[in-house]
Amino acid sequence: MSLEKQDVIKIAHLARLSLDDSDAEQYQQSLSSVLDLVEQMQSVDTDGVEPLSNPLEAKQRLREDIVTEENRREAFLANAPQTEAGLFLVPKVID
Amino acid sequence: MNWEVVIGLEIHAQLSTQSKLFSGAARSFGAEPNTNTTLVDLGMPGALPVFNKEALRMAVMFGHAVNAEIGMTSVFARKNYFYPDLPKGYQTSQMDHPIVGKGHLDITLEDGTVKRVGITRAHLEEDAGKSLHEDFHGMTGIDLNRSSTPLLEIVSEPDMRSAKEAVAYVKMIHSIITYLGISDGNMAEGNMRCDINISLRPKGQTEYGTRTEIKNVNSFRFIERAIYTEIERQADILEDGGKIVQETRLYDPDKDETRSMRSKEDANDYRYFPCPDLLPIELTQEYVDQIASNLPELPTQKAERFMSEYKLSEYDAGVLSASRAMADYFEEVAKVAGNAKLAANWVMGELSKYLNTEGKDITESPVSATALGELLVRIEDNTINGKTAKSVFQAMWEGEGSADQIIDAKGLKQVTDTGAIESMIQGVLDANPDQVEQFRASDEDKQKKMIGFFMGQVMKASQGKANPGVVTPILNKLLKG
Repeated sequence: MSLEKQDVIKIAHLARLSLDDSDAEQYQQSLSSVLDLVEQMQSVDTDGVEPLSNPLEAKQRLREDIVTEENRREAFLANAPQTEAGLFLVPKVID
Repeated sequence: MNWEVVIGLEIHAQLSTQSKLFSGAARSFGAEPNTNTTLVDLGMPGALPVFNKEALRMAVMFGHAVNAEIGMTSVFARKNYFYPDLPKGYQTSQMDHPIVGKGHLDITLEDGTVKRVGITRAHLEEDAGKSLHEDFHGMTGIDLNRSSTPLLEIVSEPDMRSAKEAVAYVKMIHSIITYLGISDGNMAEGNMRCDINISLRPKGQTEYGTRTEIKNVNSFRFIERAIYTEIERQADILEDGGKIVQETRLYDPDKDETRSMRSKEDANDYRYFPCPDLLPIELTQEYVDQIASNLPELPTQKAERFMSEYKLSEYDAGVLSASRAMADYFEEVAKVAGNAKLAANWVMGELSKYLNTEGKDITESPVSATALGELLVRIEDNTINGKTAKSVFQAMWEGEGSADQIIDAKGLKQVTDTGAIESMIQGVLDANPDQVEQFRASDEDKQKKMIGFFMGQVMKASQGKANPGVVTPILNKLLKG
């Protein structure tokens, strides 16, 4: 398999996803099969081909620099489990 | 061992757009927490970013100002990391195709030599929110007003060789972005922040030593001090035969030391990939050229013009062109006063002295450029002398009115009426018969020294209002009898 179980645990940690042992094994298999497919595609000769950053044949639309949004703090805070003084509260972050 | 210092800088400048980089919320400083946020800034599922046209224009302006290649196709990428003030779980930034490519700028060092510093790139990215670690019952408060604020990250080549060079470079970048009007450049408010990469190597060695990065230094003075401190720390380790650990450090201005930010393992595993929510930005040559032709005058160009147009010295021109606000102020004073040299002396002298004493920026001066110009007009037309002008300036600073109002109200107008001055001088001579007799008995050399006494008495009698240019010839005539 192209991915070690340790890799899966690390990726999950970076995204702060909790994963138990059997989950890790399952993801190891399914993610590996995706990577195997990528591995297969790697064998295509891509010399001189610009990497594609977006599959849509379109370019970015631009927005005028105008303030269009109003203050909807109360509505946004209503979604949060805990708030105080207009702030979202989260478990203490230790840097 | 003789060490050579190698410094490269990353400067984050907040762009002074009205709205955010990817949403229509107001870009603001000091607003009530979370009042300038949208679903996009909050990272709500399904909310899509729309790119701000003005941020693009500002980035291209900067590119031109540092003689850089402009990225005709640039791509946004996701920089993935987990932190609560970044609700999306990634920062939208640029990686392989930045908007501004290789460029350079010239800095002038204290001894007058000019050094060229390379710009590696400058890219657009969004700022994160703010974490407030004050006591919220053991929790952290999150304010997302700053989330999605446009930043231009300007990356230099490792071309600087001393703290002084680094500071000169940061000042030049500050000067350029404020001249262009693309950023407020206010370091205290965090809209210009600086990361310093620093390493040492034995003099003569070509490969670089291991570097450390000092994060988020936010004043010119701290940049200089942080570099000195870090040079010392690295030199001590190397002299003892130790090795520098590549890591991120923080500068603590209170203790004047840098310390390691506990290096989180995986810290640099950002897993960049092109942002699927944003399409590539394609620029036309016409668009890029049009921005180039509308570029405002830049600091070095302005300094050169001050020297040729106003005949200022290189030093004066440099000081007066350092910030756009200072340069605009000076030019207005010079225009109103009709004497650029006098205007330069007053802006760099009296005005700067008052500003420094009160810790004010020139934009906060209680005396406007026009008002100062009007005061200088009164020196030029001999209404008042330079010494009186200083006391008038003080009154203007304290809000007592315009120069003319203060001169009138305090009766400070110089006396230039020869008849009045002559009788005043006669009065002084009559009151000091002994000194007059002594003067007349002395030789010419001695007389020259003694005349100061009479001059002083006359100025005293006139309460400083007699025009010295008128007094001198009459005094000479009357003294000789």
